[in-house]
Amino acid sequence: MSTLPKRALGKWRALCAVSLANMLEYRAEIYLWVLASVLPLILLGVWSRAAQSGAFALSSVEFIRYFICVFVVRQFTFIWVIWEFEELVVSGNLSHQLLQPLNPVWRFLAGHLTERVVRLPLVAGVVGLCFALYPAAFWLPRPMDVLRATALLGLAFIARFWLQYMMSMLAFWSERAAAIEELWFTVHLFLSGMIAPLDVYPESVRRFAELTPFPYLIYHPVNLLLGREVNLQRALLVLAAWGALAFLVQRRLWKRGLERYSAMGS
Amino acid sequence: MRRYLRVLSSFWRTSLLSELEYRLNFLLAVLSSLGHAVGNFFGLSLFYHGQGSLGGWPFFQALLVMGVFTTLSGLSRVLLTPNLQRIVEHARTGTLDFVLIKPIDSQFWLSTRRISPWGIPDVVFGLSMIGYAAHRLSLPATSLLWALVPLSWSCVIQYSLWFTLASIAIWYVKVHNVTEVLNGLLAAGRYPIDALPPGAYRFVFTFIVPVALLTTVPARVALAQATPGWLALAAAFALGAFLFSRAFWRFALRYYTSASS
Repeated sequence: MSTLPKRALGKWRALCAVSLANMLEYRAEIYLWVLASVLPLILLGVWSRAAQSGAFALSSVEFIRYFICVFVVRQFTFIWVIWEFEELVVSGNLSHQLLQPLNPVWRFLAGHLTERVVRLPLVAGVVGLCFALYPAAFWLPRPMDVLRATALLGLAFIARFWLQYMMSMLAFWSERAAAIEELWFTVHLFLSGMIAPLDVYPESVRRFAELTPFPYLIYHPVNLLLGREVNLQRALLVLAAWGALAFLVQRRLWKRGLERYSAMGS
Repeated sequence: MRRYLRVLSSFWRTSLLSELEYRLNFLLAVLSSLGHAVGNFFGLSLFYHGQGSLGGWPFFQALLVMGVFTTLSGLSRVLLTPNLQRIVEHARTGTLDFVLIKPIDSQFWLSTRRISPWGIPDVVFGLSMIGYAAHRLSLPATSLLWALVPLSWSCVIQYSLWFTLASIAIWYVKVHNVTEVLNGLLAAGRYPIDALPPGAYRFVFTFIVPVALLTTVPARVALAQATPGWLALAAAFALGAFLFSRAFWRFALRYYTSASS
């Protein structure tokens, strides 16, 4: 009985090692992705300046800290599996992976996890640059907050991964499954707190956003890092529920999709 | 010139026909663009709660900038993005040979071969924002027409930046990521340049990724607030960037060694 988890763990470690080597090889590409996600840093400039003249729920310095945290949080919850999966299905290369006694999803998951590690140095560099530009905004989150934020971020990553993987399954039915992710991302952009902290939203919009999973992916983890009050239990529960739901749906769609895929029969 | 126009029309007809296969996806693209337009409008309005403002720009003037930005990014999705993958494929597989021996300018062929209707909703929503803002500001039609001049420079600048980066495909096949960095930085163009803090931010977004020239200058012209200095800078940048993109493409071709070599 005890050998099974041990063997699974061994496989997982091998998978991660291979994936890490692969990601290190393509580090230039990953660094470009980090640089492509500078939207929070643009908003940092715009909001911190706007807060100097207007009266907002956050001060200029708080806006700076908020968007630095958004940048960091986004780096860890950024998921790209749908584009890879679509490519695999459309090109037919999925067949090679199906020959192996391993569900391809584990390969994707290992890829996403190891890619985060490769990102770290550049993310740290960008954060350092922001503090160099705005020394007044420098602060260190409390260790306890970092711990709590890490837990929430880990769950946000898992939930977001399964949600996107669930949508990836549409690739079995449509050649452009990634279009659905674009639609999802549009909503994510405006409801997650990425473009502005929910504190500056009108009350009605804010309440609506709180009903969706989006603020739990950006706004709440950021608030934890900032040491602001967050209902951590509720956030963990919401994310766990969404993640579990997506996981179950994904499994069903995968089985159905595979039948269809083999029916297409190359 | 007539030959180029004839080639252009057949390029665009064929690529439109092939994209029309994906009608459901077009619907998704419309929804996504609509979401973006609504979200951007909402995002802009957030700055105006409690006497806030964007670098001294009143709401509808800032909306004009947002409209120019949305139109430009839609145009780039229609005209530019669909060609990138092709350029990469040609450079990687060596089929660039066939393009180079055609009796037509290779930069023209590569930049115009495909169009995609996916960005059209963005163009429509962008123009609607401009129209609505112009209506609320009661701008005369003549100033809007004048704004077309700097807007055409914006198109040239955006094209030249994009093609210069796309030329990198000769050396580096993952050039898609490089153009994504450009797109990420261009996102700053949805706000007037005065909304950004003075210093490093404004320098970068005026001279390196010139979103100030792309969106703020056309909006200023429409508002009849343009200064000669900005206009001269925008015109010079457009000309310089275009010439540079041509020179850089020729330079890149010197390193093109075709397949299997």
